[in-house]
Amino acid sequence: MHEIKLPISDDVIRSLEVGEPVTLSGVMVTGRDAAHKWLIETFIKKTRQPQGDDLKVYDELKKLLNGSAIYHCGPVVSGLDTKEYKFVAAGPTTSIREEPYQADVMKHFNVKGVIGKGGMGPKTLKGCEETPGVYLHAIGGAASFIAQRVTKVLGVYKMEFGVPEALWVIEVNDFPVVVTMDSHGGSQHAVIDESSKKVLDDLLARPY
Amino acid sequence: MQPDLTEKILELIRRTSSSLPPDVEKRLRESIEKEEPGSAARGALETILKNVELSRANSTPICQDTGTPIFYVHYPEGWSTRKLKEQIRSALAEATKRSYMRPNAVDAVYDKNTGNNLGGEDFPSIHFDEVDSDQPLVVELMLKGGGCENVGRQYSMPDNTLGAGRDLAGVRKVVLDAVQKAQGQGCAPGILGVAIGGDRGASYAKSKEVLFSEMGARNEDTKLAALEERLTSEANELGIGPMGFGGKTTVLDTKIIGLHRLPASYYVSVSYMCWAYRRRRMTVKGEEVIYE
Repeated sequence: MHEIKLPISDDVIRSLEVGEPVTLSGVMVTGRDAAHKWLIETFIKKTRQPQGDDLKVYDELKKLLNGSAIYHCGPVVSGLDTKEYKFVAAGPTTSIREEPYQADVMKHFNVKGVIGKGGMGPKTLKGCEETPGVYLHAIGGAASFIAQRVTKVLGVYKMEFGVPEALWVIEVNDFPVVVTMDSHGGSQHAVIDESSKKVLDDLLARPY
Repeated sequence: MQPDLTEKILELIRRTSSSLPPDVEKRLRESIEKEEPGSAARGALETILKNVELSRANSTPICQDTGTPIFYVHYPEGWSTRKLKEQIRSALAEATKRSYMRPNAVDAVYDKNTGNNLGGEDFPSIHFDEVDSDQPLVVELMLKGGGCENVGRQYSMPDNTLGAGRDLAGVRKVVLDAVQKAQGQGCAPGILGVAIGGDRGASYAKSKEVLFSEMGARNEDTKLAALEERLTSEANELGIGPMGFGGKTTVLDTKIIGLHRLPASYYVSVSYMCWAYRRRRMTVKGEEVIYE
């Protein structure tokens, strides 16, 4: 098993290929629908004026995300009253919803790893080649199991997005994922989509 | 006077969120043996089963997306549905506080999460059905996550792009199309709930309701039973596999229900349920409460 420490170097990224199981250790940040929309509109396309603590959070995210990973996850968190946060359940959410945003976020923040489930499309695959970065597939639904690999919650930004949509800064140890999109243009998702489409065409041609 | 069941419903929610039903777990264990040793597909199923054990032992959610809570309440004649609804809602808010449930109700216009899983009249989703006064109260709960909900599809037949007409041959084609389009995004291996007929609303609702039945339970209609078997087997030929990693296990079971339709309309609705097929039932007979 390839063990990877966060932040990740370009050399390590380039060495990763589709199909390889790896584990991650270090600091990463969760971010999903609301977070990606906010990052793009406020700091990348700048169609929205920064408000409240936006600029302060941006400066901190620039440091945290540089060379690290963004995790598509809306966790169940305990300790909300006391702020002694603990991840109780933390599997990946479906990544494809971030397809319009992901490549730009990767390039802007130098995000090396995008972690989620279900894979992403051609725009993100190109982002993986250019950044360079990889898409890492976690096991969907394995939320209690993955939460045990989250050793510490270091902080949280944008709680106004709600608990699932906030950006949680977490420390993970031996976080298991599989490389399903690499920095050389390889995508397991494109391969399976194409092969299953061929089988579907054969099935549709069969008599009832 | 009817009892206050808030605590009992809280326990139903805890069990549903943290303990996968045995019939589903059994199917998952059987499917492991079909996947190649050392493959990503087999690895995914092994992790899934470790997670099933862990969440049950620790009373933690199987999946962090604790989904839309869908309640079906079969209440004896004379019971107050207004009180039952209040009790369900308080139990759900408490379950959220205890981290059995993730706060999941988001105002679609103002993007605000209510924080307690209660949102207007429609969240959670509660369906009431009256039974005779000598029958027990039965509460069924299903938690259906957003990932699998998003890959559900509804077809208005005929579907010319697929060459699917208004008959079971056409139904077969669109259901296979829905599975291929879902890829791994609905957290395969999935379970298919299919409704044929109805208006758009009834068709979608019934395609979920049919998912309350046991794994392997077949429709009494022999034509539909045969189609259920065939769809499961053919969906597995697609090779999408657990998580979309490729493999032999794409669909664990298929359940079909036939409805009535308008002469002009012929809908086929496909609800895709993820492997984390969380559904439980509670029966109240006097003082006794049975959880299944």
